[in-house]
This record gives sequence, structure tokens and C-alpha cells, in this order.
Amino acid sequence: MSDAVVSGAPQGMSLPKVDTPEAALLGHADDNLVLAHRLGEWISNAPELELDIALGNIGLDHLGVARALYQHLGSAEGKTEDEYAMGRTDREFRNLLLVEQPNGDFAETIIRQFFVDSYQLQLWPDLVTSDDEVVAGIAAKAVKEAQYHFRFSRGWILRMAGGTEESRQRAQHALDHLWRFTGEIFEGDAAIHKDGWDGLVDDMLGETGLTKPEDPYQKTGGRVGYHTEHLGYLLTEMQWMQRTYPGLEW
Amino acid sequence: MVKTATQAHDVVARVVDPEIPVLTIEDLGVLRGVDQVGDTIVVTITPTYSGCPAMGQIEDDITRALRRAGYSDIRIDVVYQPAWTTEWMSDEARSKLEDFGIAPPTAPSDVRCPKCREGEARLIAQFGSTACKALMVCSVCGDPFDYFKEH
Repeated sequence: MSDAVVSGAPQGMSLPKVDTPEAALLGHADDNLVLAHRLGEWISNAPELELDIALGNIGLDHLGVARALYQHLGSAEGKTEDEYAMGRTDREFRNLLLVEQPNGDFAETIIRQFFVDSYQLQLWPDLVTSDDEVVAGIAAKAVKEAQYHFRFSRGWILRMAGGTEESRQRAQHALDHLWRFTGEIFEGDAAIHKDGWDGLVDDMLGETGLTKPEDPYQKTGGRVGYHTEHLGYLLTEMQWMQRTYPGLEW
Repeated sequence: MVKTATQAHDVVARVVDPEIPVLTIEDLGVLRGVDQVGDTIVVTITPTYSGCPAMGQIEDDITRALRRAGYSDIRIDVVYQPAWTTEWMSDEARSKLEDFGIAPPTAPSDVRCPKCREGEARLIAQFGSTACKALMVCSVCGDPFDYFKEH
């Protein structure tokens, strides 16, 4: 997509143009922040205490990656991590539509996580070789965490697919429902990650016998700031404190 | 009194992990260096996990320890490269962990119960009480215990 879309963003922070390394990093940071918030919504609500802790811990890893990336971007721009997280509107966020989708049931959360983990298992090893030493360091750390997250999300898909009729149906439904948000992952330069991602997804489908969704419709726009309605509600909750008391610190 | 970076290092190296108080941040490999730059003591640390919530507390504890020792000009840098690994944990640190009731990092199939020191262990939950630990159960004594994940 063209970077002209950025001009549609409201006043506030100036954002990097779409096709720059900084814009890509902002996209990765936003992916991790928004997904961390979604995972945090499970705390005290997960099916079991262990899952509550697991989803919270995975969310913390994503939050840590987001913070490190915002700090790095901010060090060049003279901005704080809070300005990125709390000071932008939905049109200024560059995350994938996938990560902002509501948690739904446990199956939807796990399928969403599996899609993200499978993608990040391609992304981080690629960024480990970045010329930017800080980015390479963040990626080196994140890749080990992504492997652990992947083991968790894949393991739960196996259990749901091999569990009861109900759990299998829910896993298939989640797969069908979220499939439309997966094409966006591979737009532009990210196309290089598609083969690796396909391999992990096909391997999971082969082992579970779940059906690959046929629906060719793919929804995109997150990387240029056109989001689904869900992001606005998420940001409203996440940013409430800073909107009400700007600059507030703990 | 002249304060040197070596003395500052001794002060910082005694700061303990807030969640595993038997280990110092040096034992854990979180402390990467203490240097003097001009009048400033620069402490370099690295997180165990990206989202480790103890990092903020560790920074506060380092600052407090140095202030108490008479240092006022302090800077803490967080670095990500090279990425932290449990390989940096010393043998002494590993045995301190085991005495504390936490199985030290090793391949999951080699974990032994830190309580009866015999049993083979089975994973109960991949994510435990902190980001760096998982929950296991001993097949002999039946006790559940924390396992410091190999990372």
C-alpha cells in the first residue's frame, strides 16, 4: 500500500513512512503491545489457573519486546515509550488486525496465538542478523521466547482437536474465523516469511486433521492504520489513565 | 573516601533477585558490568526474559544499594545483546537454587526433584510462578516444585 495513507492520521505524533525500517519496527512493537493487552484480559478469567498464569506470562514477554522496541525507536526520536503506547490514536497504530481481534473463546485466543507465534518464529531469526545491534539483541531474546510460546499454543491446538467433539469444533471455528486476518502478515517485505509460516501451519493441520479454511477473502489495513473497530475499544481501556491524567507516573 | 568501580561492583553484586532471594543478580548473570565513566557509576544489566517484571525492582534495588554505599551519580543501562542464557548461571548458583527448593536449569528430561533429590519429574505447567520457571511434580515423593527453565 502507498504511504499516502499516513496523511489520514490525526494530529499528534509524526509517524515514520510506511516503507522504512522504522515503520516496520513500529509495526512489530505495536503487534506485541496490542497482543499483550489482549492476553492480559484473560487474567482471572482463563479456564484454569495454570492457563491464567501461562497467558499472563506470554503477554508479559510480548509487552517486554514492545517496550524494548519503543525505547529504541524513541531514543532516535526523542520520545518515551509511553508516548508511543499511550499517546497515539487507533489510526496511528501499525499492528496487524489479527492481534487486535477480541479474545473470543479459549480456542480463538489459542489459534490467534499460534498464528502469531508461527510468524514470529520466522521474523525474529531474520532480525537477529539486523545491522541494528539493538534490534538484533531484542530479536535474539524474543526468538527463544517465541519457541516456548509456540510449544504452548501448538500443544493446546492438538489437545483441542483430539479432545471432545465440542473442543474440536471450537478449534475449527476459530481457525475459520481468524484465517481472514493471516494474509496481512505477509504484505510487502514480510512476504519472505510466508513459506516458513505455511510449513508450521500445514504441519499442525496434518497432525490434527483440522481443515484448512478455503475462504479467499483477506482483510488488511493494520500496517497503514486502518483497523477493525476492536482496536479503538482496546485503546480506550489501555490509555484511559494517561488520557485522563497526562504524564502521570507511578 | 575514594570510591572505585571495583568497590561499586562489590556493592551491586550483592543485590539479590527479588523473586529468588537466594541468588544475587551476579549469580543469575543479570549483572553484566559495573564501570566508572567520569564521575558516574554505570551499571549494565540484562533481563532474563523480555517481560521479566522484576527488572524495575532490580534497578531500584541497585540504585538504593549504591546510594547507601555513598554513590550519588548512578546510571543503569539495560542491554539485550548478548541475550541472557541460563548457561551463565554458576555451579554455586545452581546448588543454591536446589537447596532453596527450585530445580536448577537443565534439559527437562534430566530434572530431578530438589526435595527428595531422587525422583524423576513430570511437567505440570509450562508456565510457573515467574517467567523463568515451570511447574513440575516428583514421581517419587509426589511433591510439586518449581523448575528454573533452561533458556
